[in-house]
Amino acid sequence: MSFMIRFIVAAVVAGTPLLFGTLGEIMNERVGHLNLGVEGMMSLGAVAGFMVGYRTDNFALALIAAFAAGALGALIYAIVTVTFMANHTVAGLTLTIFGIGLTNVIGFHYLGMSESGTLKLPEHITQQMRAVHITGLSDVPVIGPLLFQYNPFVYVGIVIAVLLALFYNFTKAGLNVRAIGENPQAADAAGVHVLAWKYVNIVIGGGICGIGGAFTIMITNGGVWISDCVGGLGWIAVALVIFATWKPVNAIWGSFVFGAMRILKYYVNKEIIHIPDAFYDMLPFLVTAVILVLVSARQVRDKAQPAACGTNYFREDR
Amino acid sequence: MSEQIQTHKEPLIRVSKRKELTPRQATLLKLLSLVLALIAGGIFLAVLGFNPLVIYATIVTGAFRSTLAIQGTVKIMIPLFISALGVTLAYKMQFWNIGAEGQIIIGAIFASYFGLFHSNWPRPLLLVVMLIASMIGGGLWGLLPAIFKNKWNTNETLFTLMLNYIALHLIAFLRDGPWRDPANPGFAKIATFTENAILPKLFGIHIGWVIALILFVLVYIYLKYTKHGYEISVIGGSKATANYAGMNVKKIVLRTIFLSGAICGIAGFSNAAGSDLTLAMGVAGGVGFTAIIVAWLADLNPVGILIVSFLFAVLDKGSSVIQSSYGLSTDCSDVLEGIILFFVIAGGFFVKYRFVLRKKKNVGTPTQVKGGEAA
Amino acid sequence: MGKNEYAIECRGITKRFGSKVLANDEVDLQLKYGEILALLGENGSGKTTLMNMLSGIYRPDAGEILVNGTEVFINSPVDSMRLGIGMIHQHFKLVDVFSAMDNIAIGTKGKREAPAKMREKINFISERFGLQIDPDKKIYDMSVSEKQTVEIMKVLYRGSDILILDEPTAVLTPQETERLFAILRKMRAEGKAIIIITHKLNEVMSISDRVAVLRKGKSVATVETAMTDELKLTELMVGHSVDLSIRRPETEKKEGVLRVEGLSVMGSDGTRALDDVSFTLRGGEILGVAGVAGSGQKELCETITGLLPYESGSIKLEEMELKGKSPFEILNLGVSISFVPEDRLGMGLVGSMGITDNMLLRTYYKTPGYFIDRKPAKAMADKLIDKLQILTPGTETPVRLLSGGNVQKVLLGREIEAAPKVLITAYAVRGLDINSSYAIYDLLNEQKEKGVAVLNVGEDLDVLLGLCDRIMVLCHGKVTGIVDAKTTTKEQLGLMMTGAMRDHRTETEAAHV
Repeated sequence: MSFMIRFIVAAVVAGTPLLFGTLGEIMNERVGHLNLGVEGMMSLGAVAGFMVGYRTDNFALALIAAFAAGALGALIYAIVTVTFMANHTVAGLTLTIFGIGLTNVIGFHYLGMSESGTLKLPEHITQQMRAVHITGLSDVPVIGPLLFQYNPFVYVGIVIAVLLALFYNFTKAGLNVRAIGENPQAADAAGVHVLAWKYVNIVIGGGICGIGGAFTIMITNGGVWISDCVGGLGWIAVALVIFATWKPVNAIWGSFVFGAMRILKYYVNKEIIHIPDAFYDMLPFLVTAVILVLVSARQVRDKAQPAACGTNYFREDR
Repeated sequence: MSEQIQTHKEPLIRVSKRKELTPRQATLLKLLSLVLALIAGGIFLAVLGFNPLVIYATIVTGAFRSTLAIQGTVKIMIPLFISALGVTLAYKMQFWNIGAEGQIIIGAIFASYFGLFHSNWPRPLLLVVMLIASMIGGGLWGLLPAIFKNKWNTNETLFTLMLNYIALHLIAFLRDGPWRDPANPGFAKIATFTENAILPKLFGIHIGWVIALILFVLVYIYLKYTKHGYEISVIGGSKATANYAGMNVKKIVLRTIFLSGAICGIAGFSNAAGSDLTLAMGVAGGVGFTAIIVAWLADLNPVGILIVSFLFAVLDKGSSVIQSSYGLSTDCSDVLEGIILFFVIAGGFFVKYRFVLRKKKNVGTPTQVKGGEAA
Repeated sequence: MGKNEYAIECRGITKRFGSKVLANDEVDLQLKYGEILALLGENGSGKTTLMNMLSGIYRPDAGEILVNGTEVFINSPVDSMRLGIGMIHQHFKLVDVFSAMDNIAIGTKGKREAPAKMREKINFISERFGLQIDPDKKIYDMSVSEKQTVEIMKVLYRGSDILILDEPTAVLTPQETERLFAILRKMRAEGKAIIIITHKLNEVMSISDRVAVLRKGKSVATVETAMTDELKLTELMVGHSVDLSIRRPETEKKEGVLRVEGLSVMGSDGTRALDDVSFTLRGGEILGVAGVAGSGQKELCETITGLLPYESGSIKLEEMELKGKSPFEILNLGVSISFVPEDRLGMGLVGSMGITDNMLLRTYYKTPGYFIDRKPAKAMADKLIDKLQILTPGTETPVRLLSGGNVQKVLLGREIEAAPKVLITAYAVRGLDINSSYAIYDLLNEQKEKGVAVLNVGEDLDVLLGLCDRIMVLCHGKVTGIVDAKTTTKEQLGLMMTGAMRDHRTETEAAHV
């Protein structure tokens, strides 16, 4: 039992950076932009979050910085694709290369300035990032560890997902945004400010990705700087969007399932089941590829990518 | 509600279509974007506390300062150039394949099989077999998304993205298990190729560069002068037109994507047998993604690809020199590449569109065009 | 209603595209509340451009727009809506995966209303104006006329007082058109101001109170419908006292070049697109095909050319059965079928290629060897440019940059150069100006005189009656008549298009031909 609890808790933690990346990408794709820059935006969030945390020793400021850096990366992407109508695939790839590159340049720069040759977040902020402890609740057996002993990121991620789901399903603005991703001509003709909403969603989505990036360096790596800290999670997030069929609530459990796949290899009894580690690492991608094929084969219209995804919008093109 | 009165005038700036630029003007526009990108990159360097002019100069001289440096630059260029040629075939058909990375890896795996386990074969035979194996491997890996695209219109961008990672973990699987070098008990790695499986050198660089040049000529001719090349262009223009012209679109897609993957596979072979001398986890190392950018910057034109991949190689090589000389990370080249690309693709806007500034009402002034500035 | 006399007044509206095209040249227009104004004009006369300026898609270069007597600046669809203007576009602007209700809610002001409340409001409006709508139905499950109803509801739901309908009847059956007109009349009775764009004269006469006529971007006249007739309107539209007669040379007919019998084809939506279609096409004749849009014309053309498979029936080209043959095989029969499809740049040509490469499209594989031979194609391109007076900077200029008329000349020219036995053209003059149109008619007649069998799908009944020898009428995929163009009237064609009349005489005549 306690083994199971440990596994679930580990899966949730491993899935949390994915949750942020996925939610950010959902916000992009919902306004019709397939943004392959998630990895880059997460990297930017990681470096900004880390460096601000390192300098200020303030968790809240670090989170804001991570959000701002991801959002700034997304803003470049938005300018290039929304206003200048460039190809989404190429712009996204560029953002990834640019983001990772910039992250490593800054990290290298700071590493060069440190005396020990390593960078570690100070004590105070490390305390704040630790798992919460709510007296009473956290100590309840089973439920305590399963629900009330995570680090703050986990709760922030879930709250964002729920808010997004409410936004898309129950507000007028959410309806308008979904309309943009499906048919920007229709949304524009109905009086929705297509370009403005695209900017807002892409930029906020990028900010959310940035927080996920901060997670990778603050939690996964325990606050010690390494280069390439996001390590491909951004790409899994792009995959997860498909798995979640573009719905924020599905992203919650989807990312925890993917988190479970990431850590599965540490929890399987190697004496009994002989599967090479590489296959566990491959699993999320394999599963996503299969889902992608199944979704396309079944042609479920309501579970497909927003119809206008990957295309640019110019009002006078009809 | 209609009693509300609109009092605000035109927005200050808006987008309007223009008479399309000629290819020559478009090229000039690109050069202008490049210059602006270098200025922006210079500002970035200055913010970091470096003199941009010095850094730029070091990058250029660093890539050419010695025979060794030049050889290094060419070595960086080879896989980039080959895979950019490969992805061009797919992109000409509007097949949004970002799977070059995976195709490079599978090509390398197929070639390495022979390199590792048939190293007793005569060298020329072994190398030719490795070359062919890499083509088949890369080609088959490319075929997968094409088959699903044909059958169910499965999104090829997302599917090839998954295949990249599946391929990457396949190397890890081989490294940790079946292909693990028993001579190295502590640390899992794949054995180094023996002499027979290593590409010979010509002018100090492995002959991957000769293969690349041959591919360049072949791809150029294939796209421009053959019936296959013509079919690719027509499908890229419109699938309905291709059907109307009696083409078997699905067959042509499969054939072309196989070739595209095969060429990327060759890049994997060249990297494994020429540079790494083994099957390394980093055999593709992001080249497959950069190749897409190169192909795009070059407008899918083989000559352009030659130029752009050369420039990128110079940037890469030069950046390694600025790391040792100025303590600025070698990843600086990625940042500069990114800035350049942002400017160039944003600049592409001005080929078809322009910004129009608000003008005074009812006065027949000619519309003003706001030039150049991007991102 | 306490409103100004004019709902909309346009004064001297001018709009240019690029440096050459003057789409609107000092256009004046007035629209009153409680009236239906028909905006009439040929293709390319600037109707849609003018309306797009009222709906905020384009901005005028010069001139002023007054709504309720006040000058306004309409920068976006939002501005237009705020002024109470609602546009029902020809190409529907609906989100396919949304329900009707969600589509209606997009972009409306205020908070999202509870579904029950919205349903109630929709039902109220439906009853008031006689609309039929299922608020929960997804758009992708709807027929064309249902979609149009949703578009109308979108506008009414927002309380628009000024409605603009862009060619609303083009996609409707006559019954659906009548229903639409009934709705429009109710709206007029409620004091709404309505503009309907059309080029169908009979509809203008039946629905409108006044007619504003545009010609080549200029406003020519505004007349009371009751004071005019179709002939006068045509004269205004075209500009000279019209001799709309098109040359119809007499030729010797050659029997049975193409025989179609009992042809049935499934459409993409699972219904029968063609249902038991039989006809013969003779050499040296032009057989027109008439019908409401979407009656099976596209499927007919694409089935004969092998692009669509068919369930049953037979197509015989000079006794050769075409069933089961791919487009490639049909191209290689030695007896060629040429086809000028409706979507010129999306199907007939490659827009990004020059004329030379487009010449190669249907013949490139015929030369031996692995390489493509561009020399004959270049020669052919030069010849066509010269012969058909195609305006282009050069043979390598991408054809998408050419004007519509020139694009069609390239396409038709190439198809004619193949020396076909059968020439199929779909909407050959759609979007072209009068001069280009007549150039195309001449080319078709030239082919007819050479003994080619021409199948010409058209939309303008006057043109079909003037140009063709016989006319086949399709209605919901069925042939409702094959008639002699010289002895048939437009009214008869119209009745056959609606399926209200079947022409048995000519059916038997067609059978023994």
